[in-house]
Amino acid sequence: MSFETLISILDSTIRLGTPLLLACLAGLFSERSGIFDIGLEGKMLVAAFLSAAVAYLTHNAWLGLLAGIAGSLVFSMIHGLASITFRGNQLISGVAINMLASGITVLVGQNWFHLGGGTPALSDSARFNDITLPLAKTLSGVPYLGRIYDQLISGHSILVYVAFLAVPATWWVLFKTRFGLRLRAVGENPSAVDTAGVSVVGLRYGALVITGILCGLAGSYLSTSLAAGFGKEMTAGRGYIALAALIFAKWRPWQALGATMFFGFLAALSIRYATIDIGFLVIPSEFMDALPYILTVVILAGFVGKAIPPRAGGEPYVKER
Amino acid sequence: MDRLPKWADAVLVPLISIVIAFLLSALVILGIGENPVNALGIMIQGALGSTYGWGYTLYYATNFTFTGLAVAVAFHGSLFNIGGDGQAQLGGLGVALACLMIPWPNWWLALLGATAASALFGAAWAAIPAWLQAKRGSHIVITTIMFNFIGSGLMLYVIKNFLKPVGSMDPASANFPKVTALPNLSSVLGIFGIPFSKQTPANITLLIALIACVVVWLLIWHTRFGFALRAFGKSEPAARYAGISPVKITMAAMLISGALAGMMSINNVMGESGRLVLNSSEGAGFIGIAVALMGRSHPLGVLLAAILFGFLYQGGAELAMWTTIPPQLIWVIQALVILFTGALDNMVRMPVEAAFRKFGKRGN
Repeated sequence: MSFETLISILDSTIRLGTPLLLACLAGLFSERSGIFDIGLEGKMLVAAFLSAAVAYLTHNAWLGLLAGIAGSLVFSMIHGLASITFRGNQLISGVAINMLASGITVLVGQNWFHLGGGTPALSDSARFNDITLPLAKTLSGVPYLGRIYDQLISGHSILVYVAFLAVPATWWVLFKTRFGLRLRAVGENPSAVDTAGVSVVGLRYGALVITGILCGLAGSYLSTSLAAGFGKEMTAGRGYIALAALIFAKWRPWQALGATMFFGFLAALSIRYATIDIGFLVIPSEFMDALPYILTVVILAGFVGKAIPPRAGGEPYVKER
Repeated sequence: MDRLPKWADAVLVPLISIVIAFLLSALVILGIGENPVNALGIMIQGALGSTYGWGYTLYYATNFTFTGLAVAVAFHGSLFNIGGDGQAQLGGLGVALACLMIPWPNWWLALLGATAASALFGAAWAAIPAWLQAKRGSHIVITTIMFNFIGSGLMLYVIKNFLKPVGSMDPASANFPKVTALPNLSSVLGIFGIPFSKQTPANITLLIALIACVVVWLLIWHTRFGFALRAFGKSEPAARYAGISPVKITMAAMLISGALAGMMSINNVMGESGRLVLNSSEGAGFIGIAVALMGRSHPLGVLLAAILFGFLYQGGAELAMWTTIPPQLIWVIQALVILFTGALDNMVRMPVEAAFRKFGKRGN
């Protein structure tokens, strides 16, 4: 494999890993607070649709982004209403949210644009275009390092850089702030947090707001940056891969970066090569596509390091009287 | 503790939930500029107005009965099997292999063989998540979700590389031999002299679905296993104390659940298409969740809910034909039903309970 090929595969790794990363961090906030969220997929889908639709109508990618985040937040709050306020089953609520998103995006999309559920292709002003970092072109002549800077690090949309910055930000919020400490505590032992006089409900809603915003960014990136417009079911299981990455990362931010980029790399490989010949074995692309799921099952099985979720995850909190 | 009377718990609360879900769906229809009353009229006419419509309604209902029962059996053991779709697709592989590999002498032997194969393959696909839950404590919801994706990858690979006839561009298996074609509902009803449309995919599998309902009912409420399953579902520590093995119960419940989901494939793969296509289950595994929730995990409730969803599917297809409403409307209705009967159950239940308290006091 040549250097050029490697750079181009790594470049698409970043592009394909970014939505996974944003969604994975979204899930991290929610699950660390004790709310299982299998509705990442649905929130991304709604955000992708609204972003593309509003960006198309206003010719402004930023307005699209805001609309996407708003849509994702609404869905996140439905999840909160069901799983926090009414203490319903969080998994069932997640399933409902994913289905609702699949249905409503096509229904509304068909009504607005008459294109079978998609939006028209976005022009450049309605998209987040690639940013050239300073000196990228000047340094591109430098062997290896210059090429890496020019082609791998520079030349992504602003949302990619936001996603990468979100990793240290998440780490800082979660492990260095009072809010983060309380958030982690509420996912492990909510009654202790309640005893300390901190609102369990408030913290969990707070976590879901962050989840909604991050899913909004993820969805918006899909339709206004990675692609130029929305297509029916365009998230294509990415919310579930993000969920898998979250388990893979054992609910920790830096590991989430590693896991999502690894899954992004697998996706980049399977897009580039139909089959991979490793000498004695030919690996079909279907296997590459399924690999994130297989690896997650292996990790969940606890044969290679045990993935232990936050202890209070999935349990509605009932205040003692 | 003020508990609701049994009838209110089993009928009133779900009914209110469904009414809310349907009202919201009506608002969605209004929102996209169509008339919900007209839409309902078209759906009723299209799904129930002729034996042709009924044929499709019952065909869909057969699928959803199987997947609904699958989810319901697992629910009784407090297990949430989201993997019904993958299990149904693998069940389809079982049906295809049985129909293509074995030279059956007649249709009913083929039906028996294919049923066994579909149940076996469906159960096998549920076995690994079940074992991981029982032995390693891996959350069954996550593993079954993962197995849906692994399953669809596997099916794509198997169909593309092994089942697709040489030279065919279509990603589907060869057509099954003529002898494996199942009698359709019109010929079954014809025995009793009831005229029924010949143009529908409804077939004899409907009877198997009805039998499955009875068998599941007997299993859950009239066997030692059913008692153990329900005890385990209500309280695992109590069940353990009573000498019930969590490993055995989890495995058995999930294998039965997977087998039921797999058996759906005799309806769509063998009965309808007569060959195995990609994504043969078309999301019926997920509809099973709505059906089980709505039917309160009782076989009779599941059957009724499956017929309602069959009506929605056939009615939705008619809507797509006659109006600008796309068939995805069904996904919205389905999601709202799941949301209100499942996750937001307390939102409906609390006011009903309050109303009963008030009513009770006045009676005294």
